[in-house]
Amino acid sequence: MTDDGFLLEIDDVHKSFGDLEVLKGISLRVRPREVIILIGPSGSGKSTLLRCINRLEEPTRGRIRIDGTEITARGVDLNRVRKDIGMVFQAFNLYPHLTALGNVTLALRKVLRMSRHDAEARGRRMLEHVGLAEKANVHPNELSGGQQQRVAIARALALEPKLMLFDEPTSALDPELVGGVLRVMRDLRDEGMTMVVVTHEMSFAQDVGDTVLFMDGGELVEAGPPSTIFRNPAHQRTREFLQRVLHV
Amino acid sequence: MRGFSETFFNPGVIARYLPALLSGFRVTLELAAAVVTLGILLGLALAVVRAFRVRVVNWVVVAFVDVFRTLPQLVVMVFAYFGLPYAGITISAFAAATLGLGLVLAAFAEEAFWAAITAIPRGQWEAARSTGLSFPQALGSVVMPQAIRIAIPLLTNRTIAITKGTALASVISVPEILDKAQSAMSLSANASPLVVGAGLYLAIFGPLVAFSRWLERRFGWIT
Repeated sequence: MTDDGFLLEIDDVHKSFGDLEVLKGISLRVRPREVIILIGPSGSGKSTLLRCINRLEEPTRGRIRIDGTEITARGVDLNRVRKDIGMVFQAFNLYPHLTALGNVTLALRKVLRMSRHDAEARGRRMLEHVGLAEKANVHPNELSGGQQQRVAIARALALEPKLMLFDEPTSALDPELVGGVLRVMRDLRDEGMTMVVVTHEMSFAQDVGDTVLFMDGGELVEAGPPSTIFRNPAHQRTREFLQRVLHV
Repeated sequence: MRGFSETFFNPGVIARYLPALLSGFRVTLELAAAVVTLGILLGLALAVVRAFRVRVVNWVVVAFVDVFRTLPQLVVMVFAYFGLPYAGITISAFAAATLGLGLVLAAFAEEAFWAAITAIPRGQWEAARSTGLSFPQALGSVVMPQAIRIAIPLLTNRTIAITKGTALASVISVPEILDKAQSAMSLSANASPLVVGAGLYLAIFGPLVAFSRWLERRFGWIT
């Protein structure tokens, strides 16, 4: 933990893909147990920012610190850092050739070097945590989208990360399956997990978020508690975006 | 049509030359096994090496593949057996045949495995790496198991095509089926040995085709 007590610090991060600048100097500080919601139009850079946090995208400039460790420094052991960061993807990205339990335990065996017995014990606990204990020996293609995403959450949680990143976790789900996943995320919040979530689920953002960040065109336009952002945004761009999303 | 059965199915000739033909059969099997082992394992190794994306190494792999995909197997075989001795390297006919067919199979196998590896969605890599798996771990535990399944139908076709090329080894005097059948034919002035030879090829490649279909069904999937 840094002296100031921040779990995640993003300092003036820029990201360009060739000539296209997608992140134009983003700075952000997240405290432990805080839930940050990133909203904004597509192309605003919110997913790119999220993916910079575990360096799936490499920032062109700027620094990112997690629990005091500067992960953008040269020579940092990225694999070790990533153990502390769990990521949940819009497309789930479950391993189709493994069962649900296999998906959850792979990193436990390979990265944490747990024995098969211990890994399976923890894996089963994780699946139970997301309400899918009975699906342990089932392959992803036999699960609904909502179930797959919950397995993906269990897979990310299994390493007991300090920080969980969610990249539009419910955007690919049929509407009736969204609630199950959001419930799991709500429980995580209640258990004190630090979370950064990119989402279009505005009521979730209002209920669960501590801080909402509105991004547009690669810039962090506005940040504040949900009550302010949703009811009384300071910026016109924020207002316009919310009108389009909430009143359409 | 007594002439027909005497020419092509002559019992006396067949009986006299069957031992030679069977020894040829064993050599064909050994050669096919050697070719498949060399070709598939080398092809897999080259594809895995290519996955590490070291530019200079990649050029070498791609150059190898492009050369051996275009050269006729027989040319490689003949070069290995008759050409290399001029450089002071002498290898047996069996080794030359294995190289000729094996290197060509390796080139095709590398392309099949590489196509399969690149077909694996990027999200699989990202999920694996985001849980802290290293690149080799992600490749070995997540990507390759899926890639190999995709590659199997591509490989079985190519493998059958190339192992039929074991007959070409007769050109450099490997004592396999065709070689034995041809000498039996000229010694007996009768075509029956060749008919038996053909039957022996069917005896190998029939089951081989059936096995590859089974393999495709058992391990393949449509993702």
